[in-house]
Amino acid sequence: MSSIKVKIKEKDLNTIKEICKSFDNKPGELINVLHKTQEKFGYLPAEVQEIVAKELNMSVAKVYGVVTFYSFFTMTPKGKFPISICTGTACYVRGADNVLQEFKRQLEIEVGETTDDGKFSLSCLRCVGACGLAPVVLVGDKTYGRVSPEGVKEILEEYKEI
Amino acid sequence: MNKVKLTIDDKQIEVEQGTTIYKAAKELGIEIPTLCYMNLEGLNIENKPGGCRICVVEVEGRNNLAPSCSTNVWDGMVVNTHSMRVINARRTVMEFILSDHPKDCLTCPKSGSCELQDMATKLGIREIPGQEYAEMSTYKTDFSPSIIRDLDKCIMCRRCEMMCNEFQTVGALSAFHRGFESAVGPAFEMDLEHSSCTYCGQCVAVCPTGALTEKDHTRDVINALSDPTKKVIVQTAPAVRAALGEEFGMEAGTLVTGKMVSALRRLGFDYVFDTDFAADLTIMEEGTELLDRITKYLGGDKEVKLPMLTSCCPAWVSFFEHHFPEMKDIPSTARSPQQMFGSIAKTYFADKISTKREDLIVVSIMPCLAKKYEAQRDEFKVDDNPDVDFSISTRELAHLIKEANLDLNILPDEDFDKPLGESSGAGVIFGTTGGVIEAAVRTAYELHTGKKLEKLDFEQLRGFEAIRKATVDFDGTPINIGIAHGLGNARKLLEEIKEGKSEFHAIEIMSCPGGCIGGGGQPLHHSDSSILKARSEAIYREDAGKPIRKSHENPYIIKLYEEFLGKPMSEKAHHLLHTAYFDKSKKIEMS
Amino acid sequence: MTKYKTHLLVCGGTGCRASASDDIVENLKQELENKGLQDEVQVVMTGCFGFCEKGPIVKVSPDNTFYTQVKPEDVTEIIEEHIIKGRQVTRLLYKDPKKKETVADSKHMDFYKKQIRIALRNCGFIDPENLDEYIARDGYMALGKCLSEMSPKDVVDQIKESGLRGRGGGGFPTGLKWEIAAKNEADQKYVVCNADEGDPGAFMDRSILEGDPHAVLEAMAICAYSMGATKGLIYIRAEYPLAIKRLIIAIDQAREYGLLGKEILGTDFEFDIELRYGAGAFVCGEETSLIHSMEGLRGEPTIKPPYPAEKGYLGKPTNVNNVETYANIPIIINKGANWFNKIGTEKAKGTKVFALAGKINNVGLIEVPMGTTLREVIFEIGGGIKDGKKFKAVQTGGPSGGCLTEKHLDTPIDFDNLIAVGSMMGSGGMIVMDEDDCMVSMAKFYLEFTVEESCGKCSPCRIGNKRLHEVLEKITGGKGEMEDIQRLRNMSNVIKDTSLCGLGQTSPNPILSTLDNFYDEYLDHINDKKCHAGQCKDLMTYFVIEENCVGCTACARVCPVGAIAGEKKQSHFIDPSICIKCGACEERCKFDAIIVK
Repeated sequence: MSSIKVKIKEKDLNTIKEICKSFDNKPGELINVLHKTQEKFGYLPAEVQEIVAKELNMSVAKVYGVVTFYSFFTMTPKGKFPISICTGTACYVRGADNVLQEFKRQLEIEVGETTDDGKFSLSCLRCVGACGLAPVVLVGDKTYGRVSPEGVKEILEEYKEI
Repeated sequence: MNKVKLTIDDKQIEVEQGTTIYKAAKELGIEIPTLCYMNLEGLNIENKPGGCRICVVEVEGRNNLAPSCSTNVWDGMVVNTHSMRVINARRTVMEFILSDHPKDCLTCPKSGSCELQDMATKLGIREIPGQEYAEMSTYKTDFSPSIIRDLDKCIMCRRCEMMCNEFQTVGALSAFHRGFESAVGPAFEMDLEHSSCTYCGQCVAVCPTGALTEKDHTRDVINALSDPTKKVIVQTAPAVRAALGEEFGMEAGTLVTGKMVSALRRLGFDYVFDTDFAADLTIMEEGTELLDRITKYLGGDKEVKLPMLTSCCPAWVSFFEHHFPEMKDIPSTARSPQQMFGSIAKTYFADKISTKREDLIVVSIMPCLAKKYEAQRDEFKVDDNPDVDFSISTRELAHLIKEANLDLNILPDEDFDKPLGESSGAGVIFGTTGGVIEAAVRTAYELHTGKKLEKLDFEQLRGFEAIRKATVDFDGTPINIGIAHGLGNARKLLEEIKEGKSEFHAIEIMSCPGGCIGGGGQPLHHSDSSILKARSEAIYREDAGKPIRKSHENPYIIKLYEEFLGKPMSEKAHHLLHTAYFDKSKKIEMS
Repeated sequence: MTKYKTHLLVCGGTGCRASASDDIVENLKQELENKGLQDEVQVVMTGCFGFCEKGPIVKVSPDNTFYTQVKPEDVTEIIEEHIIKGRQVTRLLYKDPKKKETVADSKHMDFYKKQIRIALRNCGFIDPENLDEYIARDGYMALGKCLSEMSPKDVVDQIKESGLRGRGGGGFPTGLKWEIAAKNEADQKYVVCNADEGDPGAFMDRSILEGDPHAVLEAMAICAYSMGATKGLIYIRAEYPLAIKRLIIAIDQAREYGLLGKEILGTDFEFDIELRYGAGAFVCGEETSLIHSMEGLRGEPTIKPPYPAEKGYLGKPTNVNNVETYANIPIIINKGANWFNKIGTEKAKGTKVFALAGKINNVGLIEVPMGTTLREVIFEIGGGIKDGKKFKAVQTGGPSGGCLTEKHLDTPIDFDNLIAVGSMMGSGGMIVMDEDDCMVSMAKFYLEFTVEESCGKCSPCRIGNKRLHEVLEKITGGKGEMEDIQRLRNMSNVIKDTSLCGLGQTSPNPILSTLDNFYDEYLDHINDKKCHAGQCKDLMTYFVIEENCVGCTACARVCPVGAIAGEKKQSHFIDPSICIKCGACEERCKFDAIIVK
């Protein structure tokens, strides 16, 4: 059995090393490191986790254990326009589930998936604190309030041409 | 320490402050059932996540039930371990656990020694309500050369994770995902083969269910034994004879050497040999290497690598290949006894019985799971034919013996065959922590000083302490010896070497708690460390009773050198009995 | 703040920002500049006003005119009419739905009348990005008082005497917690702020951090002084970018002013604060999980004791309080424990912030004295049920709480009373439900949440909650049997009784409380296979009302599974065995000929 090889671009390797260094390569800073790394790469593929583990001198199994524990971290790239549907209680009571179903229907993807063209991804999140506007949908940083299933198409139209 | 008084099940007891309810109850003879709690007393190994919730008890004045494994007692505490509320809760929690557990007990490798199965019996579980529509968590099964992981059977007791990370510091396993999806495994849920796993098997040794089991080779052995064109020989590791009896209801620490030999002979092996013979051979090679290094060092050679580390333990070899590849030239180059045996069997012995290499099948009985992996390493093959064909564990051997309608209890004692069955007491003690180095000292001392040792028992090298240090006077030359069992303890000594702080000339390392007697292939200790101690004592008993107790006095070893190898570290010996190590750490490549 | 004659306070809470309050600020500034009024009128983006239902809010100070649902294009009119001509823009004023008249001053609105704002005292009044404004409202005075006049023990005593209890859900006495942390000697201690607000439907902590971040920093410093800590950590949800931004600004400013760092206010007291980010795990609201998460580990809880006050972050004594708890501290120090403990009830002092949401007219963030009844909150402050529908239930305590009904409406709200009626204070989510809400589905909704958020460490929570959810699925799917009720009860009780942490110990509450309060609804689902709220799709059947159907075929054409048959111009028929209950036909029919039962 030969050693396991992790392939990565030099530029990316240096980026991760710098992030780890900025947290003094401390294992206790793992979550902060992962936040910053995901910010840079958009997601946390296996290679990235291998390098983070090496830099922080901890086992990659532990890194993976942390990545998969927290719903904020993802191992699959998000779409260009990530769509998040608030499924907090206030939004649920005001029909968020129907909105979610409509997004799924229109985009033909499930929650956690990205459309084939890489444009949209779908996720659920808990309470964005805009309960007055329930149900709420986020596309990237933009918030849409009082969304109805009928309004889904309209929201998607906005991004079709971009 | 202050004492506190409490009442458990209407019985009064006084215990030290800081004692858990579980331990206090045990003192009263009340066994509170648990699935995740594990304590190997005296070895500093404790698993106490408080996760299974089977051990809950009712404590007066407390709102909810208390996990007895991790709730400390207080003065005046009143505990009920079997109120109807407790019994209902325990049973319901058990039903939860079973509702997410496969029901293939008939074919499960753990059947009969499964803690979950026993618990279901104890708690009187007859059906799992709602099983028809209960979703089960599923994962892919991992078939590694040594260990099978069937995570569908994982109950999240976290014992394996604790052993792998805290005791062994290997870090191959971690809990992943969360909630219903969570389980324990390597990163990215890949196979162990692609992780830093050393196959030490300690995860298997502590797993309460069939989630972690050994790769079974008994069918291969049966096939070999049924093939009339093959000569099948077997070697048995020293720790096996001190534990095999447990599988047949004997008390821990019962030596069954002679019964084991007769069982193996009845199973149809053509020759029943002893790995202890190869252990003696190892001492000749490793001891000579150590003396060679020390002599050079004392002569002023600055290049020579000291301390020398033992290399008999395959999990330990994997450990430094993965975690300390920069130190791979420090351990002895001597192969492990299993592999030395295979190598000599398929050359020297094959010649003696005029059998072609490919017609000779070498089976090893090992207390170890890493031996399965070691046997299939490329270095130990000639033209793709391995020196050791199949390595089976003590547990697998017990199955074979039972399958053959043999009862170890009533079998007569028989002797090993010659020539590869003769061994010294030094070879026997290889099976327990400190034994390899004691064996080496017995030989190295006499070879170095030319004097006879007056006392062969080196008490200072024995015991279960995690890291032991001793200085042996080699007739004016003090030789500093270190011993560690458990890879986490080994890591500490390695770090010292790395920092240039190590004071040792030689270090013995074994991966498992107590050494091979606590190996991953041994009968399950079910977290009773007294079993390990009893096995260790048995090993020393066997040594004390041997007529020959020093490897270099084994007449068949002397003969082997005369007839075949020449002298220790000769070119032939080097070719057949030594090996090289490889850097197996993860490599980052630019693309 | 003195040099301007008038201030225009624009709500910068997340809800209002989602409705373009940023643009309102921009437009206001532009318009003021256009009119040459930029030196007389200051535009301030504040924290949340609380009245989210009517956002975005623009408030004019000092005359307290309260404009609601302002749009960026309304700005010109506000400047021209209100600022220049001194005339209120009536169409943007709040209309009292009962009296049908406009109310200009927020003080006179039902929504605000019964509120006492202590934790939210500065939200909506100050620019959270400007430390001077906080100081102008007595900010950091309490810290000064502690450092100059009070011993650490005095501080602990004050908090103990105030009767303040943790606002994160547990209701543990804050002063007692501080005292234990103070007594445990160590070379290093930590003060932690739990800002990992995870209850799906509560956003008070976020609003406080967004609207008044310094209050939390000041309180943490006071706590540090009382227990002898020098390091503070705020564990905040990464999903709260605005709160994070404002905290970073606030920490920088406080350091600049010498309110954090070494030699604070000229004394030898040293304290600094760092941020740690949560990553989306509800269980990290539990303090031991939170600490593990801050240490870079999986956020799994551990058994207490040892409590964080003994062995917390990095094994050192650590005090963990949530945002709202801290927000109460400075004012208690300033006004004294005796001022605070006069508010509220016997066992619960002070106020509680609630996020009022659901089928209620006035969705928003409110703060009321402990002891206020649910009825007052829902029907007076909340303005009653939306669209004139009938009140059915109110859910408090989020996933750990329960659904209360009509008969509980006069319960005075406090920790113990809510527990006594089978719910919980929790972090302060309050979701109001009307007749269209199915309570079995509601319980299922919460269980789905718990199943997703269970950490997996202990078996009852990891597996038991999943099994509860499955039984609820079975019932809402029309396959329920009577024995399921017994199973739900037993499993719920055992999960509560045996789970490791607060998550599992409370997760069955939504089931138990709906079983207690809406038992008939379970029976409807199980025995009659009916969901009268019309939420459980599997229990609904679509019918064509023959007399209304004109045979236009629209429904048949839109049906995705071909379940509708019928000749043109003749009444159609829906085959229930094919129908997937998507509702497309009902939506399409222009003649109200399709109904669902």
